[in-house]
Amino acid sequence: MADGNCDDALHELYGYLDGELTVERRISIQHHLDDCPPCYEAFDFEAELRVVIARKCTETVPESLKQRIAEAIQREGASPDSVG
Amino acid sequence: MADQATFAEEATPFMDSLYAAAMRMTRNPADAEDLVQETYLKAYRGFGGYEQGTNLKAWLYRILTNTFINTYRAKKRRPMESDLDEVEDLYLYRRLGGLEAAAAGRSAEDELLDIYTDDEVKRALEELPEQFRMAVLLADVEGFSYKEIADILDIPIGTVMSRLHRGRKGLQKKLWEYAVARGLVA
Repeated sequence: MADGNCDDALHELYGYLDGELTVERRISIQHHLDDCPPCYEAFDFEAELRVVIARKCTETVPESLKQRIAEAIQREGASPDSVG
Repeated sequence: MADQATFAEEATPFMDSLYAAAMRMTRNPADAEDLVQETYLKAYRGFGGYEQGTNLKAWLYRILTNTFINTYRAKKRRPMESDLDEVEDLYLYRRLGGLEAAAAGRSAEDELLDIYTDDEVKRALEELPEQFRMAVLLADVEGFSYKEIADILDIPIGTVMSRLHRGRKGLQKKLWEYAVARGLVA
């Protein structure tokens, strides 16, 4: 990853992975990645790291909390004064 | 105008992910539960102001975030922002990327899933200064767009991008430190 195309691609790595680039920029980077295995590997690593982060940060809401919220909402709904 | 009668049915499916976000924000289960409950009650009361057909998840996150900022935020902790500036691009890749080649046929995802426990990834995120943590959480864990994050946090899109950039680098640095501390890498 030494030439200018690599620097440009790297500079827009997050925009690319976040799906925030224009179609033209996206295609241009895609072409570069097709031709440049080192950049492709780096992009791939960043993309997969993100998948891993999302997968490892999940939680299941405690059943007791679910119930508490459902009950609280029912109580709100039952008392017309508090709706507003 | 959204109908309160349909609130539970529409909003309950997002509870797991709001709870996960609340855990990362408050960093403890008791506060996270209170925060989620308060968020759902506020959302229920304000559901008339939610425009049916727009992004309900983003709407709920905005309430969650505002409630957190107004109620649970630890005011005394000043972020060490300068720490994040020293981190270079592709920080973790330049250090861990070689592992992939060493284990033929395995993807970076497989390697990373093996290296890190759930708790380590959660802790790495939780240790980021709050403003960076929120941006990374909303983008990388929840998949919101820059525009949605800007709306949820009430900051300009350029600020979203710079917080994301620095936050992600900070997260990678933490993850690298954990790998070194556990002796997983030389």
